[in-house]
Amino acid sequence: MFKYFPHTDSDIEAMLKRIGLETLDDLFCQVDPSLKINRKYDIPNSHSELELKKAIKAIAGQNKPLLSFLGAGTYEPFQFSVSQAITSRQEFLTSYTPYQPEISQGTLQYIFEWQSMICELTGMDATNASMYDGATATAEAMFMAYGQNKRPKILISSALNPRVIEVVKTYAKYRGLTTELIATEDYQTSLADLKTKLNEEVSAVIVQQPNFYGIVEDYSQYKDLISANNSLFIMNVDPSTLPVLKTPREWGAGIACGDAQPLGIAPNWGGPYVGFLATTAKYLRRLPGRICGQTKDVDGKRGFVLTLQAREQHIRREKANSNICSNQSLMALQVVTYLSLLGKQGTKEVALRAYNNAHYLYDGLIRTGKFVPVTKAPFFKEFVLKYCGDAEKLQNFLLEKGILGGYRLTDREILFYASETRTKEELDLLVRLVGECDVR
Amino acid sequence: MYDKLIFELSVPGRIGYNLPNMEVPSYELPKEFKRSDEPLLPEVSEIDVVRHYTNLSRKNYGVDQGMYPLGSCTMKYNPKINEQLVNNESFTMLHPLQPASTVQGALKVYDKLSHWLSELTGMAKFSFNGFAGAHGELIGLMIMKEYHLRRGDTKRTKVIVPASAHGTNPASSSVAGFEVVEVATNSEGCVDIDALKQVLNDEVAGIMLTNPNTLGLYEKDILLIAKLLHDNGSLLYYDGANLNALLGVARPGDMGFDIVHLNLHKTFSTPHGGGGPGAGPVGVREDLVDLLPNPQVRKTTDGTYELYDNPKAIGRVSGFYGNFLVVLKAYMYVLTLGHENVSNIAKLSVLNANYIKESLRDYYKLPIDSICMHEVVFDGLISQAVTTLDVAKRLLDYGYHPPTIYFPLLFHQSLMIEPTEGESKETLDAFIETMKKIAEEAVSNPELLKTAPHTTVVRRLDEVQAARNPIIKYRDTLHD
Repeated sequence: MFKYFPHTDSDIEAMLKRIGLETLDDLFCQVDPSLKINRKYDIPNSHSELELKKAIKAIAGQNKPLLSFLGAGTYEPFQFSVSQAITSRQEFLTSYTPYQPEISQGTLQYIFEWQSMICELTGMDATNASMYDGATATAEAMFMAYGQNKRPKILISSALNPRVIEVVKTYAKYRGLTTELIATEDYQTSLADLKTKLNEEVSAVIVQQPNFYGIVEDYSQYKDLISANNSLFIMNVDPSTLPVLKTPREWGAGIACGDAQPLGIAPNWGGPYVGFLATTAKYLRRLPGRICGQTKDVDGKRGFVLTLQAREQHIRREKANSNICSNQSLMALQVVTYLSLLGKQGTKEVALRAYNNAHYLYDGLIRTGKFVPVTKAPFFKEFVLKYCGDAEKLQNFLLEKGILGGYRLTDREILFYASETRTKEELDLLVRLVGECDVR
Repeated sequence: MYDKLIFELSVPGRIGYNLPNMEVPSYELPKEFKRSDEPLLPEVSEIDVVRHYTNLSRKNYGVDQGMYPLGSCTMKYNPKINEQLVNNESFTMLHPLQPASTVQGALKVYDKLSHWLSELTGMAKFSFNGFAGAHGELIGLMIMKEYHLRRGDTKRTKVIVPASAHGTNPASSSVAGFEVVEVATNSEGCVDIDALKQVLNDEVAGIMLTNPNTLGLYEKDILLIAKLLHDNGSLLYYDGANLNALLGVARPGDMGFDIVHLNLHKTFSTPHGGGGPGAGPVGVREDLVDLLPNPQVRKTTDGTYELYDNPKAIGRVSGFYGNFLVVLKAYMYVLTLGHENVSNIAKLSVLNANYIKESLRDYYKLPIDSICMHEVVFDGLISQAVTTLDVAKRLLDYGYHPPTIYFPLLFHQSLMIEPTEGESKETLDAFIETMKKIAEEAVSNPELLKTAPHTTVVRRLDEVQAARNPIIKYRDTLHD
């Protein structure tokens, strides 16, 4: 019949006989005849593996991976063969959400390990089995805050990734919440503007660390200010920086969220990634989605289960504060293997590699004489520079050489990113080409 | 049996990586931004990581091992070729913000698959920006809300959801800012038309339905339901969780559904991954196309593809374009199926479910006796000797992943079996024999079932203790 359908004609006949029907079409006797499609569907003809390979090769040929100096929310971490090998195992790949814990201990345990690692990185007490991506995790953080204090307004730093802002705004709009942006001063969240906007309507304040411009902001005054207003302090954070940078917990945030893509996940043209959402013990029961907990079986043996399910949509239905169920489990496993390989030492080395690469590139680009600094604020792995000419023309020049020349913020300003995987040679190449480029 | 956390393998100084030499100079990180302590991450070698996760994987059960008749989840075979072909740097190393001219292949996949899914479901266009079924529901409901707002109809604050619906339907409605109105199910398991008429008024934005519904039954009155809703100025939302029952036979669009979401990880064979990544594309009828989330994909006059932000759209719902690699696998699946095979998905999945139904009806209680669609729901054992939970746990001893249990909520002992089109008669016969044997054991030796499973790596777990004293990370175990 077809390789994915094991039925022979005699199987079908025998099965229909047991059911008491004559033909396969009789199974659909309840479907109004006017609804049945009796023509050929206008989709391609069936492809064999050989034909499929050729078709996909042709598609792949119309894509062009580039030497990237573009971050802006998607990064280029090391990818280890072990991660690929482990996530390809069918036991992980082809299983469902771990509803039957006795035969899902593999999934449940790596979720427990994921939760452990996310809590270690963020300094938080609790997290869940993962979120779709960093943007939706931030929107869910907003819902947690709303669930906690029922206030209708969210303040968002305009130094947040603009795509994350847009997603939070969409989620807020339909939920009936309002959003307001906090102004930026010197590419950083304006504390003065935050002070004028904090009032009893404000449910939460969302900031990003490092912010969209790559800057490590000083949030030391935020906690007291925001908690005095009885609002929640939400920090969207790049977890790959946390082995060396102050944690959201140290800054006093009540909720940490973000995308774990920088922890070993390829750019994948935007997905799949994996979001995370972590919080303090106080808000544990406000967390959406699945949470894995350790327990014992009837013989006293350690095991893992999904727990605290009274929070979730399948129990609370319309009273649930979130509708998330399945998430990005396999990508969490990818991150867990990455963090296990790098461990305590390697995660620090990798973070500092990105830091060093970015600063080396910054110095090199300044030396070309074609860029000027825009701020003295400290940055981590991305930075903004102002070009002496038309930034778009420079990017087009670089694109012709197979290079993604950063993220254009304005006609003159470019946000550059230097991945920990960029070599000195590659960084030098960008600097050299910028020097050679004569578009003004 | 292997019983360690990765953290428990940690030995100070051991490493599992080898990075290239650092060629650029070191720069000083400002002190005031430094973390004060060290994260407690494991220190292990590469082989430690490989063995640890390989051992963990052996505590799982996947579709490749055997039948996985989990109702409402469509656990069909996940083709190997698709996994192999996505693993290509021309897909994985694309930055989502690189120029459209350098990602024409990726954009083409979105455009083509949108056309194919539209043809298969009777819709006008699909967006792939949704990450999962629940995410698709939320996006679809935002579109519904926006549709009414654009018409200046601000009274439409309610969404009707059948009592038998999955919990995500009411939860998604709430999150999209709607009030939920439940509509009862009649004795045949379908939407009660009289009850529906009673809740229809000018405050109703729309209805969310699965068809077949969560009882695995075809909503025979769907054309009438659609007419009632449309005459009321309301929209119909199709939850594609159960599309496998109709794929290639009939289309939600023709039934009158205005907005649909599909689960590519169910109907279109992409792996579930132990709970994601999936994909929840949303399709709409022609006049709602502009409302699909941003960014949208379109074909330009010169035949190339581009991404654009439509000012009429509901907005952005995800960082970029959903789970691209998952969408790509579904694209491959449709190419492999082709028009020649697509209609057999519904036919064979419905055949398999009815075969199980007829084979087990003398042992398990059929609460509603009519032709089922791609899944069959029993209400526990006829003998009532043990609970559905006990039956499910005993199935583990026989090497099966159990069916969905205690859903739908309409019955007390729900046991929901979805075999999919991919299981052979021999596999079904073996499963049926096992189910019969368990029914007999329930009477002859109920204790055996009540204490099952006996052969798994762990046995029944104490969920009460887990919730009472949450241990949810390694650090919690240290002061246990």
